[in-house]
Amino acid sequence: MKILVAVKRVVDYAVKIRVKPDKTGVDTQNVKMSMNPFCEIALEEALRIKEAGFAKEVIAVSIGPSQCVDTLRTGLAMGADRGIHVEANSSFLPLTIAKILKSLAEVENPGLIFLGKQAIDDDCNQTGQMVAALLGWPQATFASKVVLDKDKNVATVDREVDGGLETLSVDLPAVITTDLRLNQPRYATLPNIMKAKSKPIKKMTVQDLKVDIKSDIEILEVTEPPKRKSGVIVSSVDELIDKLKNEAHVV
Amino acid sequence: MIMQKWTRSGDFLRFCCKSLTYLRSKENNSVYSSVSGFVHGYESKSKLFEPNDGNHNIELQHRCSGRNLGMQQQYRCFGSSSASKIQRNPLFSSLDAKDISYFKEILGEKNVIEDEERLETANTDWMHKYKGSSKLMLLPKNTEEVSQILQYCDSRRLAVVPQGGNTGLVGGSVPVFDEVIVNVGLMNKVLAFDEVSGVLVCEAGCILENLATFLKPKGFIMPLDLGAKGSCHIGGNVSTNAGGLRLIRYGSLHGTVLGLEAVTANGNVLDMLGTLRKDNTGYDLKHLFIGSEGSLGIVTKVSILTQPKLSSVNLAFLACKDYLCCQKLLVEAKRNLGEILSAFEFLDNNSMDLVLNNLVGVRNPVSSSENFYILIETTGSDETYGREKLEAFLLKAFEKGLVSDGVIAQDINQASSFWHIREGITEALQKAGAFYKYDLSLPVEEIYNIVNDLRGRLGDLANVMGYGHLGDGNLHLNISVKDYNDELLGLIEPYIYEWTSKHRGSISAEHGLGVMKANEIFYSKSPETVALMVSIKKLLDPKGILNPYKVLPRSLISDDH
Repeated sequence: MKILVAVKRVVDYAVKIRVKPDKTGVDTQNVKMSMNPFCEIALEEALRIKEAGFAKEVIAVSIGPSQCVDTLRTGLAMGADRGIHVEANSSFLPLTIAKILKSLAEVENPGLIFLGKQAIDDDCNQTGQMVAALLGWPQATFASKVVLDKDKNVATVDREVDGGLETLSVDLPAVITTDLRLNQPRYATLPNIMKAKSKPIKKMTVQDLKVDIKSDIEILEVTEPPKRKSGVIVSSVDELIDKLKNEAHVV
Repeated sequence: MIMQKWTRSGDFLRFCCKSLTYLRSKENNSVYSSVSGFVHGYESKSKLFEPNDGNHNIELQHRCSGRNLGMQQQYRCFGSSSASKIQRNPLFSSLDAKDISYFKEILGEKNVIEDEERLETANTDWMHKYKGSSKLMLLPKNTEEVSQILQYCDSRRLAVVPQGGNTGLVGGSVPVFDEVIVNVGLMNKVLAFDEVSGVLVCEAGCILENLATFLKPKGFIMPLDLGAKGSCHIGGNVSTNAGGLRLIRYGSLHGTVLGLEAVTANGNVLDMLGTLRKDNTGYDLKHLFIGSEGSLGIVTKVSILTQPKLSSVNLAFLACKDYLCCQKLLVEAKRNLGEILSAFEFLDNNSMDLVLNNLVGVRNPVSSSENFYILIETTGSDETYGREKLEAFLLKAFEKGLVSDGVIAQDINQASSFWHIREGITEALQKAGAFYKYDLSLPVEEIYNIVNDLRGRLGDLANVMGYGHLGDGNLHLNISVKDYNDELLGLIEPYIYEWTSKHRGSISAEHGLGVMKANEIFYSKSPETVALMVSIKKLLDPKGILNPYKVLPRSLISDDH
């Protein structure tokens, strides 16, 4: 069985986001970019499944500009067997990405597709669901535990829902999106970084995959959240009550 | 997202400060110290504490008998072990009501602190090792007020301890007896920043991390970074010539501080606040105030050269099987990563185990444990170039067998967790119990020999750990023990100092001498040099009111009064 894992290149989790002055999006010039943390978890899970003998190959896919190759190299250094880079210079919304992944799945025929539950840049949380729908496969989202049964060809997935855990059983092939508590991703070790150098990364274009990239959504404006006003120290309980009543209007 | 970014030990220090307020003070002007000047942990202190004769005497184990030894004699008497005392200098006045009302007049009521809880915190260093009994803390808001305070204290002969963030490790920032604490915490304004030259001018009480935060959006970084950055003040950094993690790249504060303003004991304000990189007009006196630990004057303003923030930072965490490999790796790193190398730190396996056992959520980045671990950080302007260069270097080192395993951080979160291990050692030590801390400069090839020798000497009495700034030849030698114990301390000191002296090292690489090592200066400096230091001290502070009992041997400062 092959496992296909989608890995997205995003602004590093620890970087403070800055909105471009013209409000068209987020500034990514000279900003540290890394693999989306949820994608890292997805890849880690795929690697563990392979190491447990349930899969033969883990393929990492990234869609975007040429620097996505760096993200794929990280994936290969973690242990993925090969990479596919679908080159695209504009940023796509989830439906387009899902269509690309669907046509890749038709080429590669994986038994499982892993995705992070969402990317930390746009927080869409849609791609996995859309891929599953387009392929007509079962889906298990927000996975916090994945157990494969090779004989029955099913995956048992715990998902974190409000008020507890839900356990699903899905037939393979299936789409699984990963949540934070599923695992702790490994580091890229020197021997693996060395091995990754000789692993292949296949370049493809959207045209190769015959995907229509027309989008129905237009982003009008990206703005920063309002700045928090600095607090004041009140000198007495009376002043506090007065402020709560007359300034904050909460009492 | 629940992932947390490690904020280094700043939070920890703040926590410590809070916990200090729970300590109850003894109504007594005395401190029990031992060879190094350590005050024993406050719990054990009460039982070690001897009834005091009221003369503010402190029993202090010291190898040189009698404070009245001349310098020559003191220099010669290394190794002999007998008792001596830190005595409150009887020439210093004691506070009276008139003093307090004068200070209230110039500073305002609320900046004259007599509140016991606040004084408790200000009197105690963050390791709980040194504790004074000052009854007064003053919070000046500007240079003029500092000048007025010192002028008055000098005329009244009231001893003063200058204080910043109180994160020092040698007892330099807390009173020994009842010195008036002058804390510059309210002097925390940035005065100017030049975006072309990168020169920052600010007041002494600016917290290092706040300056870093101020510079960040402007695309600059401070030339120094250290674990205590969340609490320490730039004035204190300058006064102690703090080293830290970026020294290998940007050099010491003697290079990066372009100017400063200091107030001497008699209240004179010395304006040396230049912003020029080159200025050869006469003696460069600012250097006297860099690293003199507040004994010559109080630094009130600093002009410092900040560095452009470079966008590409990469970090590797490596395992080495022996110390020789660490040394070879350092040589190779300097040769091959020269222009982008920004940190080269090491820790031994004992330090790693300490961190793994005492800090929550830490894992060893490499899969199996090794004898040594190295952190290599590169900083450059081009992400692809920096990364490829580091990778190529490490792969070569791996093939040569210098490195037995290693990982490269793939994102900032991973980098933070690697730094957390190195920077968390101090915090882990504190959690593990009592510890003795030494900060030595040694030739790189000798650095680990002292750790091994000391391990042999102490056997299973203590856990000896070595870590530090290998790139700068700076070893942090830490000895973790169950309880503070004079017998054990007798095995450690003067052994460590003698060892260091024999190898022409420094007994204080970056922590300073403070009260802990004031009398040990001869291990690293010749009598003639110390004699000149004493002359300078007497010239700038004839009555000896500034940070007394510290930096220079007590016998040389107080005897001829």
